[in-house]
Amino acid sequence: MNAAQFTRRAHLALEDKQLQTALSISRDGFTAQRAAAVARLPEFDSLRDSARDIKAHTLAHLDLYLEAYEKRVTASGGIVHYARSAKDANDIVVSICRRHGAKLAVKGKTMIGEEIGVNAALEANGVDPVETDLGEYILQLRGELPSHITAPAVHLTKEQIAADFRRAHRDLPEGRDLTEASALLAEARAVLRKMFLSADIGITGANFLVAETGTSIIVTNEGNGDLAATLPKVHIVLASIEKLVPTLEDAAQLLRVLTRSATGQEISTYTTFATGPRRPGDPDGPEEYHVVLVDNGRSALLGSEFAEVLRCIRCGACMNHCPVYQSVGGHAYGSVYAGPIGAVLTPALVGIENAVDLPNASSFCGACESVCPVRIPLPKLMRFWREHAFERGLVSVRQRLALNLWGFFAKRPALYRFATRAAVRVLAKIDGEDGRLRKMPASWTASRDFPAPQGETFQAEFARRKSMGRRS
Amino acid sequence: MSARAEILADVRRALGVTGSEASRRRAVADRLEHAPQGTIPARGQLDPAERKALFRAEAERVLASVAEVASNADVAAEVATYLRRRNLPATLRAGADPYLAALPWQGLELAEGSPDGTAALSRAFGAVAESGTLVLVSGKENPTRLNFLPPTHIVVVAAGDIVGDYETIWQRLRGAYGKGAMPRTVNFISGPSRSADIGRTMQLGAHGPRELRIIIVGGK
Repeated sequence: MNAAQFTRRAHLALEDKQLQTALSISRDGFTAQRAAAVARLPEFDSLRDSARDIKAHTLAHLDLYLEAYEKRVTASGGIVHYARSAKDANDIVVSICRRHGAKLAVKGKTMIGEEIGVNAALEANGVDPVETDLGEYILQLRGELPSHITAPAVHLTKEQIAADFRRAHRDLPEGRDLTEASALLAEARAVLRKMFLSADIGITGANFLVAETGTSIIVTNEGNGDLAATLPKVHIVLASIEKLVPTLEDAAQLLRVLTRSATGQEISTYTTFATGPRRPGDPDGPEEYHVVLVDNGRSALLGSEFAEVLRCIRCGACMNHCPVYQSVGGHAYGSVYAGPIGAVLTPALVGIENAVDLPNASSFCGACESVCPVRIPLPKLMRFWREHAFERGLVSVRQRLALNLWGFFAKRPALYRFATRAAVRVLAKIDGEDGRLRKMPASWTASRDFPAPQGETFQAEFARRKSMGRRS
Repeated sequence: MSARAEILADVRRALGVTGSEASRRRAVADRLEHAPQGTIPARGQLDPAERKALFRAEAERVLASVAEVASNADVAAEVATYLRRRNLPATLRAGADPYLAALPWQGLELAEGSPDGTAALSRAFGAVAESGTLVLVSGKENPTRLNFLPPTHIVVVAAGDIVGDYETIWQRLRGAYGKGAMPRTVNFISGPSRSADIGRTMQLGAHGPRELRIIIVGGK
């Protein structure tokens, strides 16, 4: 899967009836739940400002916070590793596993893990990585990528999952009843519980890393990441360098906007703060605690016009509110990161030449920016990518001609006014009486109508209203 | 050059800094030292009785069940009643918390060991009214695995340990463990474990407990 075939995959997604049902359910659910949570908290917008400022401050001082964080992790008995690339990060994880002779690693959900492809690296080195987030576990059985950041298996039905479980859990009785969701949940819980208790390594991501205390924070509803951090004798935290926050107070500000934006929860069921390995007298907890800090393109972004995207806390609200994402789902983006955040982040990670469609997969309605808990100006950043793509000659000849033609007129105001006036009159004349155009030379009207102009050009109308305003 | 040095150099190049600017170092040291609080929701800023009521309401909203008892002497009877009503055995897994050990457990047995498949009992470090959240810390007193492995988790919290917001918990943790230090694990727990990954309907008891029972001791 790659990010270069958005258009083809988007068409397939639009035809997929089951996907469309799933998308509508999750869309309405997530947006309504977020709205309800926001309505319950009068301070929400003030917290968003605070969240934005904390991330901006941390990024502007990232070198110093990394040093402070490392000092605290080391003081609590943990080990910090640095990885510039995906390969370096995977090598570090594999070498820790190898040192322990590990055969099985239980994993909590980690986006950076997906980004660097840690599962493939582990498998290639004889370690079986098992996803323990239920949605991720199901996808792993199917060999699919997540379609949504917080609801990875949202596109699947109970029946599909039951078939997957029958195929994967061969040691269980064939005739067992898997019609109810509760039976599926119980089966997955039992299968994964065994894995938790026998795994050598637990791998989790981190929602935040706290410089003040050397703490990694994860949020889950299932309790899976928390078990992965508690039961195996080695805990490996995978985190990209922009996950740093200065203090516990700062983490609290961000946690308050994260879960409300993601699922509409006041707080997730479990928020777990892990600091170092087991202490003297501890009856549980890992004997080794490792943090792998991954750059993989972040420091390059930090110095670019895309730096603001590093504020992202991976809540998924921009996807849930995006009309394009709502229509085509996450797989169409061909990347670990979908939706508006994916449209900005993916070109940075894989190169704009491999993802030129993504920053164009937007109607620029601005819904993403309006719900973003850290106020990332996503439309602006998508526009920057469009400019890059144009400058580097990555847009089609037809698009380029059209833009150049428009540019020719736009630079000559008198000609522009004359031409648009003429065009408006022609379009109004071929109107099918009800203000809709049903047949145009381009393929636009093959699947929808085009609203016909109903009078003057925008500029003429604007001038008329302005002079009316002056008179009144 | 090590990967660490390279990443720090890359970050500094991107930011156009050297890392030794006094003003930047001061800004970071100040923030780490003073930990400014930001926006704290008014919701939790209440007197103790209202705070307890808010904690209870918010915990119930996330599907925990809550009982209130007048004093330490009443905890055992409340636990016994709960277990009986749920048809659960009168044996509880627990750590070595001296407070729990000292309670009068007539007829109930507290045992250490794997909580896989039985009810477990913990004592909370505190609780946050704002979101109905229990705060538990790791250690031999209250092992972290008890928070996740049992199907039923019973947690005792003193009314006086219910605070309004997360920020007050940080202050209490700093008081107990020292500035910049933390217990190995701090668990914020808000309701029983859940998942909506299968069939898009929320179900309880995903990997953690299906039932979370909170017993508040004392207070008005």
